[in-house]
Amino acid sequence: MREDTPQEELNYVGKGTERVDTTEKLTGKAKYTGDLRMPGMLHAAVKRSPHARAKINNIDTSDAEAIPGVHAVVTGKEFDYKLGLYLVDKDVLARERVRHHGEAVAAVAAESPGLAEQAVKKIDVDYEVEEPVLDALEAIEDDDKLVHPELDDYDYFEPAFSPQPGTNVANHTKIRKGDVEQGFEEADHVIEREYTNPNVQHVPMETHVAVASWKEQDELDVHTSCQSPFTVRNLLCVAFDLPHTNVHVEVPYVGGGFGGKAGIGVEPLAACLSKKANGRPVKLEASREEEFSLLPCRSGLTYRIKSGVTEDGDLVAQKMTMFWDSGAYADYAVNVTRASAYSASGPYEIPNAHVDAYTIYTNKPYGTAYRGFGHVEFSWGLERHMDLLAETIDMDPLEFRKQNALKPGSITITGEKIVENTGNVTKCMEVAAEAINYGELTPEEKKRQEETGMKIAKSVSALHKAPAMPSFTATAAELRMNEDGSINADLSLTEYGQGTYTALTQIIAEELGFPPERINLSIKGDTDKAPYDWQTVASKGLLMSGNACIKAARDLLEKAYQDASEVLRADPCDLDHNENEIYIKHHPEESVTFSELAVGYAYPTGEGIGGPIIGVGRYMAQGLTNLDKETGQGEPALDWTYGSHGVVVEVNEITGEFNILKVASAFDVGKAINPANIRGQVIGGLIQGLGTTICEGYAYDDEGHLLNPSFTDNKIPTSMDVPEEIEGIVIETPQIDGPYGARGVGEHPMIALCGAIGNAIYYAAGADLTHMPIRSEDVWWALHKDEDRDRPRYSIC
Amino acid sequence: MKEPVKEQTVELTVNGDNYEINVHPLKRLLDVLREDLKLTGTKEGCGEGECGACTIHFDGEPALACMIPVCQADGAEITTIEGLSSDGRLSLVQEAFHQEGGTQCGICTPGMIMSATYYIDNPDSAENMREALAGNQCRCTGYKRIFDSVEEAFKNK
Ligand code: FES
Ligand code: FES
Repeated sequence: MREDTPQEELNYVGKGTERVDTTEKLTGKAKYTGDLRMPGMLHAAVKRSPHARAKINNIDTSDAEAIPGVHAVVTGKEFDYKLGLYLVDKDVLARERVRHHGEAVAAVAAESPGLAEQAVKKIDVDYEVEEPVLDALEAIEDDDKLVHPELDDYDYFEPAFSPQPGTNVANHTKIRKGDVEQGFEEADHVIEREYTNPNVQHVPMETHVAVASWKEQDELDVHTSCQSPFTVRNLLCVAFDLPHTNVHVEVPYVGGGFGGKAGIGVEPLAACLSKKANGRPVKLEASREEEFSLLPCRSGLTYRIKSGVTEDGDLVAQKMTMFWDSGAYADYAVNVTRASAYSASGPYEIPNAHVDAYTIYTNKPYGTAYRGFGHVEFSWGLERHMDLLAETIDMDPLEFRKQNALKPGSITITGEKIVENTGNVTKCMEVAAEAINYGELTPEEKKRQEETGMKIAKSVSALHKAPAMPSFTATAAELRMNEDGSINADLSLTEYGQGTYTALTQIIAEELGFPPERINLSIKGDTDKAPYDWQTVASKGLLMSGNACIKAARDLLEKAYQDASEVLRADPCDLDHNENEIYIKHHPEESVTFSELAVGYAYPTGEGIGGPIIGVGRYMAQGLTNLDKETGQGEPALDWTYGSHGVVVEVNEITGEFNILKVASAFDVGKAINPANIRGQVIGGLIQGLGTTICEGYAYDDEGHLLNPSFTDNKIPTSMDVPEEIEGIVIETPQIDGPYGARGVGEHPMIALCGAIGNAIYYAAGADLTHMPIRSEDVWWALHKDEDRDRPRYSIC
Repeated sequence: MKEPVKEQTVELTVNGDNYEINVHPLKRLLDVLREDLKLTGTKEGCGEGECGACTIHFDGEPALACMIPVCQADGAEITTIEGLSSDGRLSLVQEAFHQEGGTQCGICTPGMIMSATYYIDNPDSAENMREALAGNQCRCTGYKRIFDSVEEAFKNK
């Protein structure tokens, strides 16, 4: 749906229109789910498992039930079904066994939050504690200690996933291209190494929260902080066996998601409690601690890469093995595994590639989607590895990347052919490199080195990612004209500050030729009122919904032209329009205004024609296929967004302390619909990526207890951590099927930043790091690797 | 047995309005604002004094409403985010956040604006802007456009 309109002729696309959702947020008037108070509303609290793995012998709730003001107590017994999107493996409340520390085993609804907490304390659970499975690499070998002995009975999305019953493997994705063993033989060097990442929490500043009311005649109303109202509705219907007309999901303002709210969360539990409490509304709001351990996180990854390179710098073969530690449940994690498998080689062409990606159950909090969808994690190892390879053949790492980069004519590891319009990763690298003066130190940098005694080094990494979604993902948009010729628009993405709604408003405005102020795109999600969308994930919103909006706008204009042609007695082909009216091209004075047409036109005699002007647009992802289960060959990618980070880092070789002096990142966004908002998105993603790189991660003890479920012990970046210089650069190689050529960039800033920083630290001080995150002490330990010292336990692992 | 603590009368001035409420003395000021006074603009991000989402002005100084039992606020003068704009007009700082895109999901924004407002009125209270905002976590913006907003507000002061 690319329009080859030169920028000078565009009125709203590519301009800095104001964000559509800010004023209420600045004054405290914006209502989030947690701000809702309903008449008779009760508050929920959850009883959580203190053990990572245990049998539940008995749960005694009688004392809790006896407390006045407690209206409902539920345990796993009341749920005889599991829930899931891709692999249906999760109970609403644990039944028979608990599989991770913090798992929900019972819940209470009471008059006040304090009372609910008190009741939860009175619930007595008799556990038989078992030794947990904590190490994914051991779990994959251990068929005796299964986290899900019933895996064989679970439903799953068969075309895309391959669970291995009788093992701890929830999914195994394979990609095969060429002959990897043959490739290794042709190589001059074969290098193998392993890179690791811990569990990481999304940390939306608003925790998961839902208010559910189970009304008469099984009408279920849910207000929730979620990314995917229609997915939540569908799963609630499946779980409770209700018709879709009975379940109504509304999404007020949402305080961040980052993938953690992509699937279903606290909604089913709130709904059950409401049902049991005679339909009184129940609010279930996760505490920050619950956000860390009851709700999902990012899976851990061990990435083993074996590469064959020639002396001339050609990457000829690569064997990639991903061990994804998905924790206790793998419903969404199996799709992270699949998506990271088909992207596993990064934006580089590998003639002989072999990927085995495993999703592995362990007794830890469970993994789900997280901004980047596996790419942040594997890019850490991959980008470190690229530099290791370049060093082995004594080649500049940027040149090595450029030589092996995907370019028009390249074939990806799933057999997709890259064309001109796919985007330009080489240009991203060149621009990022230039922005940091790659390859040399500026006079100021040299001076700084002398003054601080720290060593400065630079590095450039590259990345790519496509939306990870079912091949038949679809969306729709609906535009309705109001009496004054303005437009009310509805679609079902969740806007939590990405700026997508602003960009879509600009696209609708451009397409209609109306100023953006006349378009009112409803921010709030409502499954009763707005048309379907699959989910707000995967950076697909702009492309898919943008196209749906273009089609809806054209449909609306077609309706208006039809009616106008009758009024003006002219063929629609002889008509044109401006902001206010439709007129006859060669008799512009003969016209009818949009406001006259908006809800049906009335002739002076009183007779009417036409009717309310409504435009509908649907869009279906185009040309995607399932991947062959044995070879992984197929078309998984809606679009690839490429990018590159250039970083400048200074390191103290004695203490291991380091500072990130500059980050310059370039992304091929196809077309920047709103440059200022892209900058906001990019910088937000960079700093979230920085958190992953420098400080975030879960720490466990030997029994699988999570040791740091709080901001005190699990830091995220603050204003003090922001590098002095950050630059976000946009490259525009138009996407043929993107709206005005645009493609998504929501997740990409986070990807591959970690690798760039790790590499720069290596060049500055020689610290050879293979585990994320990188804190000063990690640099110090890497510098003292060869010494005979024991590192203290309970580090982030 | 110990007598359970009774409710107690607390007097508060919030955004210029006087309130007299009967409340458990240890109820968090945050909950009193959000539940009893229905001022839900002040947010909770952690409930443990780490994130700054609940920042208000307490007798003119920034304070964390999740860490204050309401009995300590007896007689206090409190300003929340709802008290900054008047007659539908954004305050200097709110206007700057609007211009410079200083908010994304918006959950940290009320607390952030309260800290920024204090800093702009009292530039000597911190070494620099970063330090002034160090107690307010934001997961969406990467802080850069918040810095731009605060700088813009200084310019328009
Ligand atoms: S809610 Fe008060 S500091 Fe986080
Ligand atoms: S804008 Fe979302 S946390 Fe700051």
